[in-house]
Amino acid sequence: MLRRRIIPCLDVSGGRVVKGVEFVNLRDCGEPVDAALRYAEQGADELCWLNITAGDEAWDELLTQVADAGTRIDVPLTVGGGVSDEPHVRDLLGAGADKVSINSAALDRPLLITECAERHGSQCIVVAIDARRSGDDWEAVASGGRRTTGRDAVEWAREAVERGAGELLVTSMDSDGTQRGYTLELYDRLLGAVDVPIIASGGASSPSDIADVLELGVSAALAASIFHDGIHTVEEVKQTCRKRNLPMR
Amino acid sequence: MTAVTVVDYGGGNVRSLCAALERCGATVTVSAEPSVVASSNRLMLAGQGAAGTAMQALNATGLAEALLDAARRHVPLLGVCVGLQVLFDHSEEDDCAGLGLLHGSVRRIEGADRLPHLGWNDVEPLSEHTLTHDLPAITYFAHSYAVTADIPSALAVTRIDRATIASVVAHGSVAGAQFHPERSSEAGRQLLRRFLAWDGDA
Repeated sequence: MLRRRIIPCLDVSGGRVVKGVEFVNLRDCGEPVDAALRYAEQGADELCWLNITAGDEAWDELLTQVADAGTRIDVPLTVGGGVSDEPHVRDLLGAGADKVSINSAALDRPLLITECAERHGSQCIVVAIDARRSGDDWEAVASGGRRTTGRDAVEWAREAVERGAGELLVTSMDSDGTQRGYTLELYDRLLGAVDVPIIASGGASSPSDIADVLELGVSAALAASIFHDGIHTVEEVKQTCRKRNLPMR
Repeated sequence: MTAVTVVDYGGGNVRSLCAALERCGATVTVSAEPSVVASSNRLMLAGQGAAGTAMQALNATGLAEALLDAARRHVPLLGVCVGLQVLFDHSEEDDCAGLGLLHGSVRRIEGADRLPHLGWNDVEPLSEHTLTHDLPAITYFAHSYAVTADIPSALAVTRIDRATIASVVAHGSVAGAQFHPERSSEAGRQLLRRFLAWDGDA
């Protein structure tokens, strides 16, 4: 039986793991490759490396670090952040990423998803969606929440999948970094709208928050703060999930 | 130390596969050179992406012919993911002909609630074989196409909702794993170690 995944997320800036609250106020949380190895040892089913520094120099440094991480870890690695064209995707896959996530660039030019999926296969193209509550619905926002798009997040999810996204990484911007729990209603709606795996992100404060969102039916839960602060290990989260009869590795 | 050549046809995963093989004690050569591949004594075919793109690259570079030569010499060959899929007669993905080293067709998985099949799943052995010795195990998958479990070369199977796919296959010295051993932690290393010690027989 396919297991649900627990994915620690490394937000990497200037070669260091950082963590912010609602995407601002970044705190330093150590070396990314060390953190990646530590989480892999704790039983992480996959790792997500989110690059939050812009610029060409930062890009070259990112590739070097991903290549280092990719050869040293033995679980899958998803890399995203600042991916703006197909050569970026090719670079990252070549460096050792197993999947690449695309966010704002896909909103700006949805055809990018198709180009990447056709060339590299849907299974390695993740479309990341940052969703912010807007009345009874959610809006897909761009550039880490700094740019509104006027697009309905669930509609965008549907289009991204039609265009070739193999997985969706959906962050609830209202709960990200707040440790108030995942926005269950959003994921419930997404699960009914698309038939690719969904990774829920944003708001986990405890193992039971993660079990809650997995119970809803998402394929994976991504979390940062609760792991970086050493409050909970990946294995503790998995134990809680197993007690609730969720299939875990 | 066992020497192995990883065939580089421009697909992904080469780096991580090499690192995993090295962790298992292998001496790894990466080559895109048909003559090197044709004279190698142990081969791995990595894979990521679409079957059509992979076959096009293998045919255009002369690597397809080199792999067929190696197979005729009974050299142990292990394909991973798309590297497994191109060993078969045909793939529905891009409607392309494969190497034809194993018989059967690669088809889009039918009966799964969500595709791609992404994540860790059980690999259950069907028959006794060097490559299935450490099974059952839980390994990492990332694909939407597969060969069904009823093909003659299936050595191990994996269930996805209402579908059952072949997850380890072999016939003679030609073998494949639908999962990614390089991303499957200890379970992946176990398969790679078995492959490195395998003489190409059952």
